[in-house]
Amino acid sequence: MNSGIDLQETFIDSLMGLGIPPGAAKAIWMPLPMFLIIIGATVGVLVVVWLERKISAAAQQRIGPEFAGPLGVLQAVADGIKLVFKEDIVPAKSDSILFTLGPVIVVIPVFLSFLVVPFGQNLVITDLNIGIFLWIALSSIAPIGLLMSGYASNNKYSLLGGLRAAAQSISYELPLALAVLAIAMMSNSLSTIDIVEQQSGYGILGWNVWRQPAGFLIFWISALAECERLPFDLPEAEEELVAGYQTEYSGMKFGLFYIGSYVNLILSSLLFAILYLGGWESPIPIELLGNLLGADETSPWLQVIDAALGITMTGLKAYFLIFLAILLRWTVPRVRIDQLLNLGWKFLLPVGLVNLLLTAGLKLAFPVAFGG
Amino acid sequence: MDLAQGVQIVSFAVLSVMMIGAALGVVLFSNVVYSAFLLGGVFISIAGMYILLNGDFVAAAQVLIYVGAVNVLILFAIMLVNKREDYQPMAKHWIRQGATALVCAGIFTLLSTMVLITPWSIAPNPVPGQNSTVQIGQHFFNDFLLPFEVASLLLLIAMIGAIVLARREYIPDEQLPDLTKQTGLTLPERPRELLNPQRK
Repeated sequence: MNSGIDLQETFIDSLMGLGIPPGAAKAIWMPLPMFLIIIGATVGVLVVVWLERKISAAAQQRIGPEFAGPLGVLQAVADGIKLVFKEDIVPAKSDSILFTLGPVIVVIPVFLSFLVVPFGQNLVITDLNIGIFLWIALSSIAPIGLLMSGYASNNKYSLLGGLRAAAQSISYELPLALAVLAIAMMSNSLSTIDIVEQQSGYGILGWNVWRQPAGFLIFWISALAECERLPFDLPEAEEELVAGYQTEYSGMKFGLFYIGSYVNLILSSLLFAILYLGGWESPIPIELLGNLLGADETSPWLQVIDAALGITMTGLKAYFLIFLAILLRWTVPRVRIDQLLNLGWKFLLPVGLVNLLLTAGLKLAFPVAFGG
Repeated sequence: MDLAQGVQIVSFAVLSVMMIGAALGVVLFSNVVYSAFLLGGVFISIAGMYILLNGDFVAAAQVLIYVGAVNVLILFAIMLVNKREDYQPMAKHWIRQGATALVCAGIFTLLSTMVLITPWSIAPNPVPGQNSTVQIGQHFFNDFLLPFEVASLLLLIAMIGAIVLARREYIPDEQLPDLTKQTGLTLPERPRELLNPQRK
């Protein structure tokens, strides 16, 4: 197996060549990918906000943002700057400590989950054994922050929104975990790297979408519900609850919710790409192309192209899914809260269980195709 | 002592302080909502301790189950009720608190003597990065199969009990809502000064 580029080893080796002890060299290396990922996620949010505006405009036959930069690409930046300079209001008789802590607790786990998102063989912050399980565990923290901000706002709409958010996120975590469990069963591992490697080798034919047709639908519906995207944006349903738990927030605290929800969307799309669409693998296996051109697999230029292609592929797949989510937002009406809970508990959960059972049976029957 | 060891010691100290502080807060706060939120802090610090002990799977499970499910449900229940009630200062309430403190201290001494006396059969140092998930799974389905299955039975009983409690079919006649007296749907909320246009 060709290991690709190992930036970490190269970096640490070069620092050690300068006479820095190995421990310190590793400590210098560690923050670099973290900052890179945080910056990448934030820039991703700007792109997604712009995309959302443009696509929604196209769906409604409008033009959308146009004047801020070419094609309005700077509109999201302008929005962000506006939020930074807005007055930060804490309502009277609200609980100011919990009011401030709420958005923080919502945002931190989302960014933390980027720890396990791989962009290539070695392009990941940590290859944890529990990989994808960490994401599920971390995503379950967010409802505490939502409940906290809903409670602290001292507003009935906020409280209702917070309660809805918690109920929704508890209900949809189960089908999500069941869908991921079926994948983990086929990959014999929870590590995101192993999950992608298990799909590699056959190009587009090896991706998990074909082996988990029910699983990927369950995952996508649950992921949309976890991100509180329309058709599942009940916690902040404008027509019913003003803005749900965000009602009393302004300025950068509102900005945190905003960033958190979009980063969560990006994260879910990335993980969907990793779990079901082969992660950094291109539709036509790169080794095949390399062999056709007669290039050596270990040659440096091929490895650079491979790594660049991996990042591009992951991004492309994620943005395709984000496009789908935005399109869904502007075509599908919102469900009612009882419909939402019925769908989660009475439909997705049993289907997820059956899917898990089927996957286990197929794994025993056809160990070649289902990762024996 | 190298860098990794130093980081471990510092994080152990920070986690311990966090855990004990949050646990004290859970017990001592009179506001039940603060207690519930701090309980989440306690669970998170325990998860951090598990990570320090190389138990990555256990740590993630701790966060998922205790923070994500148990604590959220506790908060959910508190907020659905949302009854803001100040405790009336009772006469001689120190007797109650003293008795509680005594019982807690007794349990603490009992547990710590148990921990110190028991000859623990500690496994040889776990290799960092070892796949603990696989090991836990193997133990669950080999030598700990019976407790594992009995625990699931227990959960099933609890679930059926909860369903029986929640779905009471009988509704007494006199408690049917009087439809002629229409009351607005109101959530209990702290009073706040609103502009009242009728009382101008």
